[in-house]
Amino acid sequence: MKRKHKRLTFVGVALLLLAGAVGLMLNAFEESIVFFHSPTDIAEKPMTPDRRMRLGGLVEEGSVIKMPDAVVVFNITDLANSTKVTYRGILPDLFREGQGVVAEGTYANGLFTASEVLAKHDENYMPPEVADALKKSGKWDEMSEEMKRQGMIEKETQQ
Amino acid sequence: MIAEAGHFALILALFVAMVQAVVPMVGAQRGNETWMAMDRPTAISQVFLVAFAFGCLTYSHVVSDFSVLNVYQNSHSEKPMLYKVAGVWGNHEGSLLLWVFILALFGSAAAFFGNNLPPTLRARVLGVQAMVSVGFYLFMLLTSNPFERMLPAAPDGQGLNPLLQDPGLAFHPPFLYLGYVGFSMAFSFAIAALIEGRVDAAWARWVRPWTLAAWCFLTIGIVLGSWWAYYELGWGGWWFWDPVENASFLPWLAGTALLHSAIVVEKRDTMKAWTIFLAILAFSMSLLGTFLVRSGVLTSVHAFATDPERGVFILMLLLVVIGGSLVLFAVRAPALKSTGVFKPISREGGLLLNNLVMSVAAAVVLLGTLYPLFLDAVGGAKVSVGPPFFNMVFIPLMMPMLIAMGVGPMLSWKRSDLGAIAKRMRLTFMLSIVAAAAAWSYETDGPFFAIMGIGVAVWLFMGTLIELAERIRLFTTPLGESFRRLVRQPRASWGMTLAHGGLAIMIAGMAGAGGWQVESVQVMKPGETVQVAGYDFTFRGAEDGQGPNYSVIRGVFDVTKDGKMIVELHPEKRDYPVREMPTTEAAIHTMFTGDLYAVIGDHEGTEGGYVTRIYFNPLVVWMWFGTLVIVMGGVISISDRRYRVGAPARQVAKPAAVKA
Repeated sequence: MKRKHKRLTFVGVALLLLAGAVGLMLNAFEESIVFFHSPTDIAEKPMTPDRRMRLGGLVEEGSVIKMPDAVVVFNITDLANSTKVTYRGILPDLFREGQGVVAEGTYANGLFTASEVLAKHDENYMPPEVADALKKSGKWDEMSEEMKRQGMIEKETQQ
Repeated sequence: MIAEAGHFALILALFVAMVQAVVPMVGAQRGNETWMAMDRPTAISQVFLVAFAFGCLTYSHVVSDFSVLNVYQNSHSEKPMLYKVAGVWGNHEGSLLLWVFILALFGSAAAFFGNNLPPTLRARVLGVQAMVSVGFYLFMLLTSNPFERMLPAAPDGQGLNPLLQDPGLAFHPPFLYLGYVGFSMAFSFAIAALIEGRVDAAWARWVRPWTLAAWCFLTIGIVLGSWWAYYELGWGGWWFWDPVENASFLPWLAGTALLHSAIVVEKRDTMKAWTIFLAILAFSMSLLGTFLVRSGVLTSVHAFATDPERGVFILMLLLVVIGGSLVLFAVRAPALKSTGVFKPISREGGLLLNNLVMSVAAAVVLLGTLYPLFLDAVGGAKVSVGPPFFNMVFIPLMMPMLIAMGVGPMLSWKRSDLGAIAKRMRLTFMLSIVAAAAAWSYETDGPFFAIMGIGVAVWLFMGTLIELAERIRLFTTPLGESFRRLVRQPRASWGMTLAHGGLAIMIAGMAGAGGWQVESVQVMKPGETVQVAGYDFTFRGAEDGQGPNYSVIRGVFDVTKDGKMIVELHPEKRDYPVREMPTTEAAIHTMFTGDLYAVIGDHEGTEGGYVTRIYFNPLVVWMWFGTLVIVMGGVISISDRRYRVGAPARQVAKPAAVKA
């Protein structure tokens, strides 16, 4: 085999690998990318049932109900709309009413079934998606001073 | 006073680094030996200055000097001493100080052990190293000064994030940084080689121990982080494809490729430009990781620096370092002539395949990590790319490489015969199929890749053993002769055998824990029992208690199997009053076959019931053990005589010099 042919073999193998990776990625992108929605999105746009998505906002005050068998029902709100969420399991340590939260799961018939609930890891932190959802719903300014001291806004005004 | 002294030392270090970045470089270019000789005193004084600065910050943390802003924000007088010290690097400013400290340490180590390096190469390596330092000193002094005062002093601090108050995490950042920054040595050597226009076997031998050391540290750092996530987050998982995890995984992939391609440069005098490229890539990925974590562009626990100014600075630094080195690469790399030729089926071919897969895998992880950021930046939809994506792409990509890895070390250099190897691997192949079938029969609807993972692990482990057996001519010569050969194996070969074997063990663990985890969530009242994977977990109730700086609810579980007592588990839920933040402490009982893992949640109902989550995580300990074996392989490989100081100097290969 000549040097040139040999190099071609390697280039061929490399391209094959790359093509394989790209194929796998496109396939995976289609199936497993998770879109982020706010309660307003859910209220206004039709959602594909059984498609995994993330829902973010604040845990509505007074909405958390503990059901038997470790099931928790609560509302996630962006203060314009709210979505009912059900979750079975242990809520994150920092899950509290009035605080930012992101749930991952599926939505069908007015109920969001969460398989995962993520609350912020740190009391100074609000998930940017949640802050965004609140800004989009135009309710960011209505939030309490206490909430405003947290999350993004604090860091922004520090500049 | 102490803080000011530390600040001043840091400024001095900046100026020393500036001298180190310029004088030896110019000296090397002009052949001026006096100028070149400036490299060592500057590198060594730099490390003393930064060590002093680091000591000052540590002192401020230890004595809880709350007039220092950094101490106030991240410490508390009641925190245990370990976390007062760990708190030094548990925050943005302090972790950067650790970064530059380690950078200076590596630089001074090269100055100290670099006796046998040609003076021009050493001058250039240390010069490049100092350029990187200058960038980071400027970053610290201009945007993230750890010694900033806060007057008047506060009576007490705000405390460290309780999630981070953990021995696993106390040592996770230093190891990670030793790895990240360690690749700066490979990078400096690569840039110096590009400037010199020369890459040869001797160069590869000099680079290898540094790369290996960085790689070992990074491996330990990543696994410490994974281990921490496993027992501290209480989610029963150990790898979440979180952007921050990916940020540490990227340089690891590039570094692994670099380790393997450097072997080809050393032994066969080919793949030079590619190796240089990988060295640049490995360090670029380290910088990118630092950028992602430190700039706060990610939604993550690590993003405690939500500060655009800092982000922009690191981004600029990133562009200068990566862009500059790639331009230099584009200009100079064509001059690097390779002499070795080889057929596709050969040891070189196998190592190249490793390189290709590692690079493609790194590209996949990079794309998956950056895609949501990119989409967000251009105003597209908000998406998250999570474990399903990475598992769907990464695992199928790795499988062929792992299979090739089982036979790769048996291939001979230049050209090899797969047919002969296939014959020797026949038994191994059958064993792998049997293992996979056994895994399948354990749970017939088990996930495909876990079943395949078990098979591949057996294949790789046996392949590695057979390669060792052939090298020592086991059973073809008298046993005594084989034993002599075994003892005389070069340490680098031992390193390979251990690293590959360790990976096989690790893969078995990942397949087990990833594929057959059993989870059970329920409300349990005292006295109730649930069965998980054949183990009976009986809840005995929970009691309140006090820790050093937290209050605690501690649950008690008796675990039995077939009526025989196995262990008593004590999962905890802690509440740290300083930060008003609860954490979960999973109770884990490790066994050879898997971990019993219990978490206690909120109080439920009136009869002392609690929400509990119980897992059986099969083969988890294999992952940690496999990592140990892998790292042991790396350490033994570093100690190989051929890489030891002084050894390579006497056998500098004939320089494949091109005009500089």
